Amino acid sequence: MDVGIVSYGAYVPRYRIKPEEIGRIWGVDGKGMGKGLLIFQKSVPSPDEDVVTIATEAARNMMARVPDVDPKEIGAVYVGSESHPYAVKPTSTIVAEAIDATPAMTAADMEFACKAGTAGIQVCMGLVGSGMVKYGVAIGADTSQGAPGDALEYSASAGGASYLIGSEKVIAKINKTLSFTTDTPDFWRREGQPYPLHGGRFTGEPAYFRHITSAAKMMFDAMGTKPEDYTYAVFHQPNGKFPTRVATQLGFTPEQIECGLLTPNIGNTYSGAVPLGLAHILDKAKAGDRIFVVSYGSGAGSDAFDITVTDEITEYKRDNAPVLDKVMENVVYLDYGTYAKFKGKIVMSG
Amino acid sequence: MRDVAIVGIGATQFGELWNNSFRSLGIEAGSRAIEDANLSGDEIDALYIGNMSAGRFISQQHIDALIADYSGMATNHIPATRVEAGGASGGVAFREAVIAVASGLHHTVMVGGAEKMTDLDDASINSVMDATADAEWEAGMGLTLTSLYAIIARRMMFEGTVTREGIASVAVNSHFHGALNPGAQFRKAIPIDTVLKSGPVAEPLGVFDCAPITDGAAAVILCPLEDAKKYTDKYVKVSATSQASDTLALFQRPDITTFEATRAAAKRAYEMAGITARDINVAEIHDDYTVSGIMALQDLGFYKKGEAGNAFLNGETHFDAGKVAINTSGGLKARGYPVGASGVAQIVEITEQLRGTADKRQVKNAKYGLAQSVGGTGSAVTVSILEAI
Repeated sequence: MDVGIVSYGAYVPRYRIKPEEIGRIWGVDGKGMGKGLLIFQKSVPSPDEDVVTIATEAARNMMARVPDVDPKEIGAVYVGSESHPYAVKPTSTIVAEAIDATPAMTAADMEFACKAGTAGIQVCMGLVGSGMVKYGVAIGADTSQGAPGDALEYSASAGGASYLIGSEKVIAKINKTLSFTTDTPDFWRREGQPYPLHGGRFTGEPAYFRHITSAAKMMFDAMGTKPEDYTYAVFHQPNGKFPTRVATQLGFTPEQIECGLLTPNIGNTYSGAVPLGLAHILDKAKAGDRIFVVSYGSGAGSDAFDITVTDEITEYKRDNAPVLDKVMENVVYLDYGTYAKFKGKIVMSG
Repeated sequence: MRDVAIVGIGATQFGELWNNSFRSLGIEAGSRAIEDANLSGDEIDALYIGNMSAGRFISQQHIDALIADYSGMATNHIPATRVEAGGASGGVAFREAVIAVASGLHHTVMVGGAEKMTDLDDASINSVMDATADAEWEAGMGLTLTSLYAIIARRMMFEGTVTREGIASVAVNSHFHGALNPGAQFRKAIPIDTVLKSGPVAEPLGVFDCAPITDGAAAVILCPLEDAKKYTDKYVKVSATSQASDTLALFQRPDITTFEATRAAAKRAYEMAGITARDINVAEIHDDYTVSGIMALQDLGFYKKGEAGNAFLNGETHFDAGKVAINTSGGLKARGYPVGASGVAQIVEITEQLRGTADKRQVKNAKYGLAQSVGGTGSAVTVSILEAI
């Protein structure tokens, strides 16, 4: 049975803030900071947007592209995020209701820092592959948090993408998935804390780079492939610099990663990052294109995927929903004060 | 007092060593030194360890017992002593060990230096470093160690004894040598523009004017000079080791562009060794900040006031320039600065140079080598002189 992506949808809020505007408030060289991180602007959710609305927008875009799929045939909905609006009460049930998949189905929220979305795809692959469900929905979405003045404030943004996993009319076959997981505490947020803490430079070599390169090499070994066998590659993108460097380390060219690298223009969408990068690739992909995917979640782990776009992509109704380039048009730039209000950083008394 | 020799040296790689604990670093450096000296751990009868702040970096006090235990010497019940003197911790530990052997109280002594810094976040590390200044009158008022050195740099530039380029060239020299040292944290030569254009920390000092945060350890083994040949043919003589103090706070000094403690320690060391600054072929100096390197060359008597900047700029400090070679290991700036280890690591480098085993950065025919280790803003300084045999 060929399990893979039957449909996908994506959403990014329209508001943006630039690093120089953030730096202006904190008295640092924001433009230089942005250049160092390779982030030129980041998305900001409006006050009435959260992971539920972002996940719902993405899921509805996904369903619009497969009008022949009966939402009642969706047997599972998983939403991966580290900014679920509720600590107790699922996001996934709200999304499932919004796409009319309820009630004969299962749902759960997932959390694995920035890779909860790809973990959801793996779970859905298992359920579809075993015959337990016909379709599964896996969503990665975040309205990520960066403490005021912290380095994360220049990158933490909002967005998400949704994937319908099945075995019929698969537009992109997932040839293989595997993971590399360790207990590596590089980034965390404890219950009740508003902003995450991180281990500074520890988040680099022993965390991001070790896990992504290990998972990637495991995939090359498992599939007997080399970087040049792939049309596109997408890596987790907490900033623009890390994925660019890891791609070079692994032997991929700038041309292979360009399409899937959205962080320079929208920031780090955490659980949404790899799902959005993959969505941007699928917006352009042609039958036969092969895609190499490695996500990364702090804590830590990487999920790798080897994907081949199928002939079904030619009949696929991609234009039934806006492609990401369209979604990312008509942006509105915010000053820091409005951004602080939108993000709820101003604590009201009483 | 009897003459003392260095019969064994060992050091770990310096860097962000995420997979190494404090104790594993100490064990690695110590066992390398023991192996280098061709002796067994049972022959060591005293242990000294330079460590600045394991209490705050890794929440471990009682470093003396820890090191004795994990080096397998605790069951021999030898005395183990932890020494702290800010950035000069390793230098002072070395001097205490030399005194112990010279006095006749101990025969074969290991002196180690170790620091594990990267378990803490950057802001906390800076706070630990700032505690080497005066906590009440300096750090408590918001002055960081970097800003104190920035004040020194500003004053020197104002007085016209050095240019910004002269100061920056200290880092260029350290990186030039770091590129030749496989054990260095940064093994890459840099042009002066990299320093001048680096992000400001405390102006005029930028990121590249400051030594990095580093994990690492170093160790040396001492014994009486007369017994050195029993262990090895490649030993060097400790010709002098001296130490001087000064006010804890910088503002209490009449002149902040010189470290009187360095001058005093150097004077005593040259007298003890029976030589002058002109006899030194190679020196490891405490370049925790670039401007410290300028002061060191002048206070140690290698150059007159106002001349050190040009010496660095012109490359006179390179290992192959034929003058006194400065920081051939890469110094604190490029080899790395695991604080308590640095004073001992300097002794390791000078020993390599005098033994002729410094490989690509070997100074030709080096006879005398000097190591200068500094705590805070020159509040504690050690100067040691080693001699090739």
